[in-house]
Amino acid sequence: MIINKKNIEDFSKNLSELDEIKGRSLWHDARQRFFNNKAAVTSLILLSMILIFSFLGPLFAQWSNEEIDWVILGDISTLGIPSIETGHFFGTEELGRDLYSRVIQGTKISLMVGVIGALIAVIVGTLYGAIAGYFGGRIDGIMMRIVDILMSIPYMFVLILLLVIFGRSIFMLFIGIGLISWLDMSRIVRGQTLSIKKKEFIEAAIATGVGNFTIIIRHIIPNLLGIVAVYATLLVPGMILTESFISFLGLGVQEPNTSWGALISEGAGTMRYGTLWQLLFPLFFFVVSLFSFFFIGDGLRDALDPKDR
Amino acid sequence: MLKYILKRLSVAIPTILLLIIISFFLMHSAPGGPFTSERPLPDEVLKNINEKYGLDKPIYIQMFNYVWGIVTDFDFGPSFRYKDRTVNDIIAQGFPVTLKYGSWAFLFAVIGGVTLGVIAAIRQNTFIDYFAVGFSISAQVLPNFVMAPILVLIFTLYLGWLPGGGWEGGQIQFIIMPVIALSTSYLASIARLTRSSMLEVLNSDFIRTARAKGLPRYKIIFSHALKPTLLPVISYLGPAFVGMITGSVVIDMYFSTGGIGLHFVRGALNRDYSTIMGITILVGVLTISFNLVVDILYAWIDPKIRY
Repeated sequence: MIINKKNIEDFSKNLSELDEIKGRSLWHDARQRFFNNKAAVTSLILLSMILIFSFLGPLFAQWSNEEIDWVILGDISTLGIPSIETGHFFGTEELGRDLYSRVIQGTKISLMVGVIGALIAVIVGTLYGAIAGYFGGRIDGIMMRIVDILMSIPYMFVLILLLVIFGRSIFMLFIGIGLISWLDMSRIVRGQTLSIKKKEFIEAAIATGVGNFTIIIRHIIPNLLGIVAVYATLLVPGMILTESFISFLGLGVQEPNTSWGALISEGAGTMRYGTLWQLLFPLFFFVVSLFSFFFIGDGLRDALDPKDR
Repeated sequence: MLKYILKRLSVAIPTILLLIIISFFLMHSAPGGPFTSERPLPDEVLKNINEKYGLDKPIYIQMFNYVWGIVTDFDFGPSFRYKDRTVNDIIAQGFPVTLKYGSWAFLFAVIGGVTLGVIAAIRQNTFIDYFAVGFSISAQVLPNFVMAPILVLIFTLYLGWLPGGGWEGGQIQFIIMPVIALSTSYLASIARLTRSSMLEVLNSDFIRTARAKGLPRYKIIFSHALKPTLLPVISYLGPAFVGMITGSVVIDMYFSTGGIGLHFVRGALNRDYSTIMGITILVGVLTISFNLVVDILYAWIDPKIRY
């Protein structure tokens, strides 16, 4: 075998470089794996662009989301098409309001519903699952049986029932979505807690007399953060889908507020009059954002889930 | 086996009762009675109406009557909005429609999804595999309320092949689009599940043994690999069923098919409490029984589950 001098030099150089490399933490590792995932990084960029658009977009808007353009109201299908001249970049919707501003408003509300819904799910689900898993035994049995029962109820129907009885508002929508969204999260967290609580550091904490709830908050939950982060990213599109579903039926967000679901519903209702842009613009934002969330979630899972390494 | 079924039933029945009781109390905690309108009715008329609907009795007796009516006669009481119809009439009118396109959609999703997934796994890293993977990823963001307008746009407005809505007794051209819109995302999920599960099974030892002893390929796949492949798919059937029955609300609204979803949303917009409750309970009972059947099926197929 021929020993290549250059190879050896390279190798020794690599070795000397190796000494300088700092120790890598779990999070550092995960970040690197995440940024090597092209789909996830592209999604992250797209999503940031949509987010920036929803905040900076209003600066360029020529019309507010409530103004009605009386000039074109008579003939929306020809005068209301997207154009720079009239200032309606995305055209107008059926009532002569500017679609550009409406889409920005809808984007903000849909993203807000998604993030807040996921946040409720994370907080309630993590605490519930960690408590059930940590205490175990009969408490665990009862708590998880409750989750089983709640999961087998067709929640969309119950959610609509809630909205009908307590009035249709964003606030009620949050409560309704929050009531059911934490179930999956609590199951996942419970499973993880069961394995974490057998570790030595928990035993050490118990031995030194740390209280149960301090152990849960200080020692168990921080070790769950990876998996919670992954499922939280996957929960956001789920929440957005739920909200859009309800708004599509006209039972969710109420005028003058709007959301992607409501805009898609309006656009789908009027597309047979030739006003296709009313469907396509909200649909585009909806589809791109959901795609991005799913890919980011997948990327995070690949990066943080130790099983797939 | 019988013990397992009984154990599952002992959870399912209380769940159904709980659902009925919760929705009953939700309905009664609603502000204003069902007969409060802008023009207040004279007291005597109101008293007569309340007496007719049994609303003058204490709430626990009302609830007992309601639950008893459902359990013994499957009677959900009168509609609060349409004086001449009971909730049962409304369900009897809408449910067959939902059942028809719903079961077609369910069959389509399961058979199509499993076929696509199996083919993608056998022909891994070929064109059809990439197609299946790409399709199942993009279908995640194509829920029924996105699919429905897109389908109408293509098949009704541009091609003019299919009617954009209606039912007409369920002729084939009225069923196609509801079925596709309802089943696409579930078909994709089932295909993805089947594919990854099939790949895992194909790499396992008993398949290698079967190959080593020279069994033909189709025999390996159909009589050895398919059954373990389907286990995760079966456990997905429950959520898929719930999702489809929920999605039928959108289908009924968008395609004007006249199923129970239409009556549900109408009831929701009209505050017709007894109708939405009746439909919620019906759907709840369906879901819970379906999950029960799936669980039993799973226990029956999976040799690892001991009861």
